[in-house]
Amino acid sequence: MSAAEHSPRLPERDAPWMMRTYAGHSTAAASNELYRRNLAKGQTGLSVAFDLPTQTGYDPDDELARGEVGKVGVPIAHRGDMAALMEGIPLGEMNTSMTINATAAWLLALYIVAAEQQGVPQEQLQGTTQNDIIKEFLARGTYAFPPAPSMRLIADTISYTVEHVPKWNPINICSYHLQEAGATPVQEIAYAMSNAIAVLDAARERLGPKADDLMGEVFGRISFFVNAGVRFIEEHAKLRAMAILWEELGRERYGVQDERRLRFRYGVQVNSLGLTEAQPENNVQRIVLETLAVTLGRQARARAIQLPAWNEALGLPRPWDQQWSLRIQQVMAYETDMLEYPDIFAGSKVMDGLVQELLTGAREEMAVVQEHGGAVEAVPYMKAALVDSHRERLRRIESGEQVVVGQNRFAETEPSPLTDDAEGGILVVDPAVEAQQIEAVRRWRAERDRSEVDSALAELARVARSEDPRENLMLPTIAAARAGATTGEWAQTLRDVFGSYRAPTGVGEAAGAPAGDGGLAELREEVAHLQERLGRRPKILVGKPGLDGHSNGAEQIAVRARDAGMDVVYEGIRLTPTQIAASALQEGVHVIGLSILSGSHRELIPAVIEALREAGVQAPVVVGGIIPEQDVAPLKQAGVAAVYTPKDFDITRIVRDIVELVGERSGVGAPA
Amino acid sequence: MIDGAEIGARLRERDLTAAPAALNLLESTTAADREQAAALLREVSPAALGQEVPGHIVGVTGPPGAGKSTLLSALLHTWREQDRTVAMLAVDPSSRRSGGSLLGDRARIDFDPADRGVFIRSTAAGERLGGLAWGTRAAAQALAAAFDVVVIETVGVGQAETDIADVADTVAVIVQPGSGDALQFLKSGIMEIPDVLVVTKADLGQPAISARRDLSAALRSLGSRTTPVVAVSSLPPPSGVDELVVALDEHRANLNLPERRLQARRAGALNDFVNDHGERGLRALGGRTAARTWLTEQYPDLDEAALVRLLEGKMGG
Repeated sequence: MSAAEHSPRLPERDAPWMMRTYAGHSTAAASNELYRRNLAKGQTGLSVAFDLPTQTGYDPDDELARGEVGKVGVPIAHRGDMAALMEGIPLGEMNTSMTINATAAWLLALYIVAAEQQGVPQEQLQGTTQNDIIKEFLARGTYAFPPAPSMRLIADTISYTVEHVPKWNPINICSYHLQEAGATPVQEIAYAMSNAIAVLDAARERLGPKADDLMGEVFGRISFFVNAGVRFIEEHAKLRAMAILWEELGRERYGVQDERRLRFRYGVQVNSLGLTEAQPENNVQRIVLETLAVTLGRQARARAIQLPAWNEALGLPRPWDQQWSLRIQQVMAYETDMLEYPDIFAGSKVMDGLVQELLTGAREEMAVVQEHGGAVEAVPYMKAALVDSHRERLRRIESGEQVVVGQNRFAETEPSPLTDDAEGGILVVDPAVEAQQIEAVRRWRAERDRSEVDSALAELARVARSEDPRENLMLPTIAAARAGATTGEWAQTLRDVFGSYRAPTGVGEAAGAPAGDGGLAELREEVAHLQERLGRRPKILVGKPGLDGHSNGAEQIAVRARDAGMDVVYEGIRLTPTQIAASALQEGVHVIGLSILSGSHRELIPAVIEALREAGVQAPVVVGGIIPEQDVAPLKQAGVAAVYTPKDFDITRIVRDIVELVGERSGVGAPA
Repeated sequence: MIDGAEIGARLRERDLTAAPAALNLLESTTAADREQAAALLREVSPAALGQEVPGHIVGVTGPPGAGKSTLLSALLHTWREQDRTVAMLAVDPSSRRSGGSLLGDRARIDFDPADRGVFIRSTAAGERLGGLAWGTRAAAQALAAAFDVVVIETVGVGQAETDIADVADTVAVIVQPGSGDALQFLKSGIMEIPDVLVVTKADLGQPAISARRDLSAALRSLGSRTTPVVAVSSLPPPSGVDELVVALDEHRANLNLPERRLQARRAGALNDFVNDHGERGLRALGGRTAARTWLTEQYPDLDEAALVRLLEGKMGG
């Protein structure tokens, strides 16, 4: 036996994972400049953040795009924008991940056309389109079409890429957003795997007779996008459990034999839900520990990592904030010794025990989803379960059972030098960007050959209506991209054929809070007294203006207000100011609660208040979300009664404030 | 102070913008508001109008998941195309220990928020018996003075929709293929025969055809040869919605409206009386049947509030 065989080390140090930064804002040109700088700093792949209009299929000049253009990502309205975004970046060598779902087929087509213009054939392209619609219905909210045609779009991109863009990952099944929506590790595993089954089944059906030959290939191209929270030991076990289930699924359900294709491949963005607004510097420690969950054990190590920035609960991160996160990855990969060893958890009883526990739980939950008829049919069930888990998580934080350092414990702090600049330590997108983009897309439309676009869109509509499984939507989509169609035109063509859709909200089914919970009983009495004086049960309208689909906060406020005894009109996501005003008026609500996380509050909240005034609604407005400190005063000046941010973690207290506000404003406040 | 008579007069003049204020008043339980609500209702009473309020009050009921919201969206669309104004009262059955409720129906109905010809109001039934919320019956009567169609939507099949049959001119029960509930309830007599039966999800093909056939057969065996059974599909291409609108209109056209509304007022008054005074109050009147008979002997143009006062006088005397 040689010495090498006794060595606890690998014969050769592992190559580091791919390092990315989720980035993009303002315009294609500004984002291109940011990408080039990031690559020069040692980033090894790209991760494109698109703005919400691009993600949901609207052009910058659409009514729904108001306030959202260039905010949480880059606006891409046509092939010209994509070419500008990728200018000077060799697409034949780059590995590009795109966080794009409802409109994934379209953005992939634009990417293929941009590569063509660089002289790079599609066979060489490497990267990933997120393209996971079920989690959009469950957690993220940027869907565009009903479930069935959405699944068809996914199946079509899979079957197209497997044959023509063989190095592309056509879908990244996301468990990430489930954890952000409150999923427990068991739910995260079970719902992601159930989702994968729905996608693979849809692809198999779409491939028809070709499935026998191509299913192994398809299975091998499916990757995952996971989350990792700060309980990093259990989080690592979760990934090992997912790898086991994935291999099992490949062998048993899809008959895959090839070991290489059975491997569980995942990219990761670590947890943002647990990042705090209070003492935000502590988020750096959290991010480091969460990264350990996906790097420490070689058997379930991430292929690609992107880290959030320390200030995400405050607003949009600046390039410097993102650089800090990139450097965390680089220190781990290049300075520590973690890449020098085989799997350090091999043989650990604790790790194996945790994995078994999670496997058992996940299998049970997967069976429940299958009983509901699979992941697509089970969306309402899963959504309600997530709302429930999140409610439980918040209850534990409110009660102090779950410690959050700097927030519900050790809250004393010195003033932070990190946030004392003029903008409060975040990136603020120039509001002029929206007007520029509107002007630019109108110019683009005026300058192209209209008849070519019209015939390409007519062909797209024809294929969308076709029931022939051999008609793949990718072909007319690529043709429309070449012809110069816009994101809004592509999506509207499909909306006209497929219809539009509203996902279930999950709040109606959510269980009530246990009695005597965190002052809720007292609050119910207050509500009952207020009801007597008002003559009606206090009624609140809760909704989200704009395109932002992150509905956790709004849902939790709605459920808690109900548990406090209020009548809650919950309208969900993607509301226009007109819609909110009409609902407030017709429903006779006493107060209106709006939630925005996308940074578009500066434009949208005053617009809603204006619409309410025009409708003659006098009910006060409260706002919650990621609202930077310096925006609070202008919002109040515009007529907002109260602003709540992530540091207001006690939801019962927020609801109590709202109840008091109703009492004061309707002139029937509690006697002094 | 809200002026009930003024709001009532605006409704009578078919001013749709009076609807939100009318509802705020009619839902209120304070003594002052109830007085104004009575004044409002007097303005739209048959005595004041010289006829029954002209709007068509349509009750729509069915179990959760039967496709009510999608169907209502399609109905709303068709009515608006015909230039008919529509008010919709969505009654949510949720009742919690906290008393609070989540009213999500509005989000599920697809309509143009800028359209002034549509009014939607959600209310919680709370712990009230009979399936309707406090004030819904009065609201339907008041809104029918201004809107062409007033829809009352409730959840349930069989047991809970007694109130809706009392207040609506036309009751449509929604069933989805394969559920079988409606069929069982019809046969066992738990469910009164609705005016129109709607089978949703006609796009399912055979199951929808079978459901429609079984319901028609059950209706015939119960001696009802005229109750229409309409199959609808809201998926593109939609089908059956125009026929449903015709079926609802035909039922209303063949109705003895004054008679139905009179019965509605008497049933409503008795219902309110029982809600306020319970079974004991009812016993003081000699039981439900005796009370009903006694009500049929009162003047036909009395409004509900007057009838309740009469019943209370009889109980006291």
